[in-house]
Amino acid sequence: MRRALTFLPVAIFGVLALLFIKGLTLNPKEIPSVLINHPVPDMTLAPLPGRGESSGLSAANLKGRVSLVNIYGSWCIACVQEHPYLMEIKKSGAVPIHGIDWRDDPALGAAWLKKHGDPYERVGVDPPPGRAAVDFGVTGAPESFIVDKQGIIRYKHIGPITTEVWAKILLPIVRELEK
Amino acid sequence: MIAEIGHFALVLALCVALVQAVVPLIGAKRGWSNWMAVAGPASTLQFLFIAVAFGALTNAYVTSDFSLVNVASNSHTEKPMLYKVAGVWGNHEGSLLLWITILALFGFAVTLFGRNLPPGLKSRALAVQAMIAVGFLAFILLTSNPFARLEPPPMDGNGLNPMLQDPGLAFHPPFLYLGYVGFSMAFSFAIAALLEGRVDAAWARWVRPWTLAAWIFLTCGIMLGSWWAYYTLGWGGWWYWDPVENASFMPWLAGTALLHSAVVVEKRDSLKSWTILLAIVAFGFSLLGTFLVRSGVLTSVHAFATDPARGIFILLLLVLAVGGSLTLYAIRAPAMKMGGLFSPISREGSLLLNNVLMSTGAATVLLGTLYPLIADALNLGKVSVGPPFFNAVFLPLMAPMVAVMAVGPMMAWKRGDLAGILGRLKLAAALALGTGALVWFLQGGSAGPWWTGAGFALAVWLGLGTLADLADRIRLFEAPAEALGRALRLPRSAWGMALAHLGVAVFIIGLTASAAWTTEHIQSQKIDQTVDVAGYGVTLKSVHDVPGPNYTASQATFEISRNGTLLAVMQPEKRIYRMPPRPTTTAAIRSGITGDLYVVIGDADPKGGYVTRLYFNPCIAWLWAGGGLLVLGGLVSLLDRRHRVGAPARPRVQPVSAKA
Repeated sequence: MRRALTFLPVAIFGVLALLFIKGLTLNPKEIPSVLINHPVPDMTLAPLPGRGESSGLSAANLKGRVSLVNIYGSWCIACVQEHPYLMEIKKSGAVPIHGIDWRDDPALGAAWLKKHGDPYERVGVDPPPGRAAVDFGVTGAPESFIVDKQGIIRYKHIGPITTEVWAKILLPIVRELEK
Repeated sequence: MIAEIGHFALVLALCVALVQAVVPLIGAKRGWSNWMAVAGPASTLQFLFIAVAFGALTNAYVTSDFSLVNVASNSHTEKPMLYKVAGVWGNHEGSLLLWITILALFGFAVTLFGRNLPPGLKSRALAVQAMIAVGFLAFILLTSNPFARLEPPPMDGNGLNPMLQDPGLAFHPPFLYLGYVGFSMAFSFAIAALLEGRVDAAWARWVRPWTLAAWIFLTCGIMLGSWWAYYTLGWGGWWYWDPVENASFMPWLAGTALLHSAVVVEKRDSLKSWTILLAIVAFGFSLLGTFLVRSGVLTSVHAFATDPARGIFILLLLVLAVGGSLTLYAIRAPAMKMGGLFSPISREGSLLLNNVLMSTGAATVLLGTLYPLIADALNLGKVSVGPPFFNAVFLPLMAPMVAVMAVGPMMAWKRGDLAGILGRLKLAAALALGTGALVWFLQGGSAGPWWTGAGFALAVWLGLGTLADLADRIRLFEAPAEALGRALRLPRSAWGMALAHLGVAVFIIGLTASAAWTTEHIQSQKIDQTVDVAGYGVTLKSVHDVPGPNYTASQATFEISRNGTLLAVMQPEKRIYRMPPRPTTTAAIRSGITGDLYVVIGDADPKGGYVTRLYFNPCIAWLWAGGGLLVLGGLVSLLDRRHRVGAPARPRVQPVSAKA
């Protein structure tokens, strides 16, 4: 009995080790999005004040070119952190970026872009409660989606884009879709 | 050039560690004393090489040598010097180097202080210590080289995450690592004892001070981390049950259990097999923490550089170290002689109960921490386990332990007199129940949570029980004239225990009060508008920009008044760091015995006000005081002559006069 008992710790550890091996193949940050590989939902979002009448965002605008749709809001702290990287992507011209000003006062969203710089080609306003973005599969801000030429959502990135995320994950997908 | 010397020194250290892992072990097996003697100089040499490497990396940070990838991605010329130095361990590669440096330091300390250790035990323990070093040196050299160069070097670095630019956090990792790695000593001695097939009181006398030192550092490290979370994260909390916090808490629980069971081995030659297991588990938890934090298998608010490739390597180390030692344990432990028997009602019995509850506590924390991973691996979906689980499962386990803590130290070895002890604690019990009832009455009965009375009653019970035990030992009431003399002659370890147990009592008061009665006011506040927070009038007077060394802050000025009299001015800040450009909040805190007023300034809102968050956190200072008493108790106990490493047994002090 005592003999068997002394083997118990190593047996428990063995089970844990198997679990960890399996765990290394999983990504806990990846919350499955049901909308991947689905077309962009039918939406028509009003433009931001001061950005021109026809600069809003609709499903039709997302067809024809690969594009990056970025969810932001003037209330979103992590968006401030992400913003310089979006400006760099815009400068590189690798992919057009469209914004959705989510759950925000449009005036504040526009002022925020004036202050931090405007990387977007089109910006749609999705005022509270922000239904359109939720239909898009948004769970928080910042989040970014890669939409292919047919207007189908191909990739969702949760959290701020950084140089590393852009170079290692997003840019290769954009290149692949552009082929 | 200096960086290359550092890199080369690491390679040399690996070679030395390989020799140290093999030669003394063979020597101990064959009884060749000259082979065993290799362990000493090898551990010294290994420490010197690793110290050179650590010095080289520190030099690169201090001189801002951006030709190193590590420095360029984590430092910046504008950063204050303290954070340049702290930046050495503020990243994956550098923190590993610190880990290894501390490991080598402990090995060196065995050589330095362990002159009268039995040579067999010493050489085996140092060989095991060197095996761990080989694993981690290979890890750093193969996957995480801190000396990798960058071509061409950038003009300036990326900077350190501003959240980490804080004095509390600058010292948090070294303390934690001194704790984690310190448990490697108990581990190495446990494996050496298993190899020798002998565990005795001398073994326990050796292991206890090292474990105690590691435990003190770990306690310090965890408290510093909590304190940092409390004053920088800006939400008024200090513990989140986040995987990374749990990763430091599990070794702490196992280490605390180990400290107590090692006493039984030393004094009563019992619980030996269990103590060896705890020594393996405590260090196993430290390695597990390293794996969880750096492999990315769990999501955590503490984002460390996670990388599955590194994860595989650490997992391999974990399997070799923990799997190997537990297998050795399974084979060798049954051969260990059973020690002295004892009745369940005895000092040993109460220490064993402490051990069982502590270990169960650690197991529940482990389960809660790993549950998201288990669910994901078994395709049960994505779940997260938060504070409600831990509070509901962990705290009820700790309540009976605290209740027993007051009684245990008064028990005699082998067979205790529970009825007699409870008789002596009648007054303490009555006062504890009275306090509980009073607290319940003052909070307005069921207007507050049901457990506040219980928390306060437990704290008073433990506090008074500990004081009653001290009073008994110095015969304060029977012979008050001699009490002071007795108090001075009481072993330091007895004082240490009393202080640490009092620390737990004080901590419970802070824990209960802050969890139950925190008040929070979040609103848009206009200039000159006053908000009432727990009886304080908090008035926002102004907000303006203030430049800092590597950030600009918008600083708010609040006036705090009570019944119309101005008490204080508080100035919380919202900082935007330049490199990397990130916002942080710096709360203003006014600490007091009854609680902290905690003020955070947020963004301006469009209607001309500012979002402000105002908290009153009751008895937070008691948490830090309780933690401080735990550390102080550990230090006092460590200074006990019987714990002094290598000290000869104390000669019996001859009474000066017959009367004394």
